[in-house]
Amino acid sequence: MNQIVDVLIIGSGASGAAVAWSLAGTRMKILCLEQGDWVKQSDFPSNGRDWEARRYGDFDISPNRRARPTDYPVNDDNSPMKVANFNGVGGGTIMYTAHFPRMHPSDFRVRSLDGVADDWPVDYAMLEPFFAENDRMMGVSGLAGDPAYPPKQLPMPPLPLGKTGTRYARAMNKLGWHWWPSDSTIATTEYDGRAQCINLGHCTPGCAQGAKASTDITYWPHAIRAGVELRPRCRVREITTNEHGMASGAIYYDADGVERFQPAEMVILACNGIGTPRLLLNSASSRFPNGLANSSGLVGKNLMLHPWPQVRGYIDERVDGDRAPMLSLWSKEFYETDPARDFVRGYTLQFHRGTGVVNEAITSAAVGRLPWGQDHHRVYRDLVYRRLQIGIACEDLPEEHNRVTLDPVLKDSHGIPAPRIDYTISENTRRMMEHGIARAEEILTAAGANNLYTSRTILNSPGHLLGTARMGIDPERSVVNEWGRCHDVKNLFIVDGSIWVTSGGVNPTSTIQALALYIADSIKQRLATLFD
Amino acid sequence: MRTDPKTMLSPAESRDLRCVAGMMIPPSAAFGVPGADDAAIFADITASLGRDFADVRQALGALAALSGGAFADLDEARRAAVAEAFQARGGAALVTLTRVILQCYYRDDRVVRSLDLEPRPPFPKGHMLEQGDWSLLDPVRARPKMWRDVPPR
Ligand SMILES: Cc1cc2nc3c(=O)[nH]c(=O)nc-3n(C[C@H](O)[C@H](O)[C@H](O)COP(=O)(O)OP(=O)(O)OC[C@H]3O[C@@H](n4cnc5c(N)ncnc54)[C@H](O)[C@@H]3O)c2cc1C
Repeated sequence: MNQIVDVLIIGSGASGAAVAWSLAGTRMKILCLEQGDWVKQSDFPSNGRDWEARRYGDFDISPNRRARPTDYPVNDDNSPMKVANFNGVGGGTIMYTAHFPRMHPSDFRVRSLDGVADDWPVDYAMLEPFFAENDRMMGVSGLAGDPAYPPKQLPMPPLPLGKTGTRYARAMNKLGWHWWPSDSTIATTEYDGRAQCINLGHCTPGCAQGAKASTDITYWPHAIRAGVELRPRCRVREITTNEHGMASGAIYYDADGVERFQPAEMVILACNGIGTPRLLLNSASSRFPNGLANSSGLVGKNLMLHPWPQVRGYIDERVDGDRAPMLSLWSKEFYETDPARDFVRGYTLQFHRGTGVVNEAITSAAVGRLPWGQDHHRVYRDLVYRRLQIGIACEDLPEEHNRVTLDPVLKDSHGIPAPRIDYTISENTRRMMEHGIARAEEILTAAGANNLYTSRTILNSPGHLLGTARMGIDPERSVVNEWGRCHDVKNLFIVDGSIWVTSGGVNPTSTIQALALYIADSIKQRLATLFD
Repeated sequence: MRTDPKTMLSPAESRDLRCVAGMMIPPSAAFGVPGADDAAIFADITASLGRDFADVRQALGALAALSGGAFADLDEARRAAVAEAFQARGGAALVTLTRVILQCYYRDDRVVRSLDLEPRPPFPKGHMLEQGDWSLLDPVRARPKMWRDVPPR
């Protein structure tokens, strides 16, 4: 049997890495079990001539399509938005696009300000030092002075505007609307052993240069040097409990498929908004018949995915396309609730630089905009490297019918029941989407684009998996308390995106990690009375 | 030579695929490019089917059914009519078939050069990106704060 550890972390992604690093200073014995593998920079697609094709293969953002042995399947048939993730050391940060906005102060107080959903039990001011600490650890580039946010300092200068950015900037100034260089975890200078960005472009399926801050090259080297053990290729099947109703460890399958038990004094879940409820539901026992930590019945419920329409158009000159990081500007013009609109809450506009040669052809053909025959060549040449595209990051509010359950049939390669998601887009979100689409069309038109095309729901979600084990003070209305401890199991913590109360209109990873650091800090402050 | 029917197209399927690739993207003297049925490009397509094999086979089956036999053996007018019907029917298998052709066509050296681009992977050379004119931000810098104050807890 494995030796008992003080802290067992499950999942090595954005939050698991941050919590491991933060707790390392306590000198507790810390082990992280991760179902995926380390990924080498030399394996990333931008090393080879088939770099665009591999985004549809072993680096597809959908686990169902990618289907690596380290992936688990997800039944997302009953959802207009499909699940995107990555299962490996670094988790979703291996596959993320490194756009790194923080939530806004108002995002934590939606009930007080807008009368919907619930307030968070934490707020921006409490998280501010942890946002800053995380910015230092991940290495964030950006520009101070954004009027949409309380003041913050970023460790590196912003990504360049480039040709595409200049085009958007002029259009936004013409309209008199807010825009600003995005916070991004792409290194614009050498940073903590990471090389500077050289504009490989294909940041999402992994950065061959190592300029994108995935946690395998940021937090993990520091955590491992400080004594944390990370065991890859270990897939946890269930959390076990003892006669006192406390977590006693986890049963997992090792790299050889052998079932093992890992005893622990305390367990921290960091498996994301799908993986964590799946594991809690798979840990049902006679003591916890509805799943572990589920006396509220809310484990798996309130799934939020961020509907993300995209509007694109084409201009009369070639711009940057895929020859630079995809995202580098945002607009918060429509972020805060405006009572004059027919929806509450708001969205971020994300400005894309364009896309690659192969992807332009594939995505244009898929929507019937690239003909067969002789005309193909002329039409294609009017598209390639001329694309402007705006993404609309819509906040979806928590609704209990949007949920993760266990699929009665589907199983992973170890025979563990797979998750199923049921998700619909609410009327409020639909109105928000239409508002955003109309504004994006105005911007593209102001930028001189024509041939506009809108996709209302992109095939895969943006990989934002939130809300399925929400935090709160009331044990009947939440799964974890205000510092991440499960109400029902006092030595079980959750630090990943599942603890979100509402989703904001931003990419979540900066806030997920700030919350993980805040929870780790809360644990450290309370070590003597942690399980009381 | 023996072939595995589960991972290799039959000669008839292969002929139809080549034919459909050439109809989708014919060679062009005006743009100085080969068609997608060019020998090297077609060899790349068939070697790269991988996880798309089943969908491609399904699409070719649908094409053969519409043709009432081998698509490649139809006369030109009939082929054009079947191709139009095939596209109009749409579906996931057609999307996959189109993608496997496009992803190989647009990585061929000759095609990439015809677009005034270098045929190479992004790493390690990367690309140059102009900094741009940050004074464009001046009107935004001058704006008052936009975030909402939150009431005390
Ligand atoms: C294509 C894509 C683009 C994205 N772009 C952005 C972006 O630009 N900006 C942004 O902020 N966010 C982005 N995201 C989202 C971002 O990746 C996630 O928000 C973030 O990684 C979530 O952190 P987490 O700690 O909750 O979980 P994850 O990072 O997903 O980590 C969970 C880990 O747990 C492991 N795990 C799960 N179950 C088990 C088990 N049973 N046993 C052992 N291990 C297990 C998984 O293998 C995984 O490594 C993107 C995501 C994707 C997929």
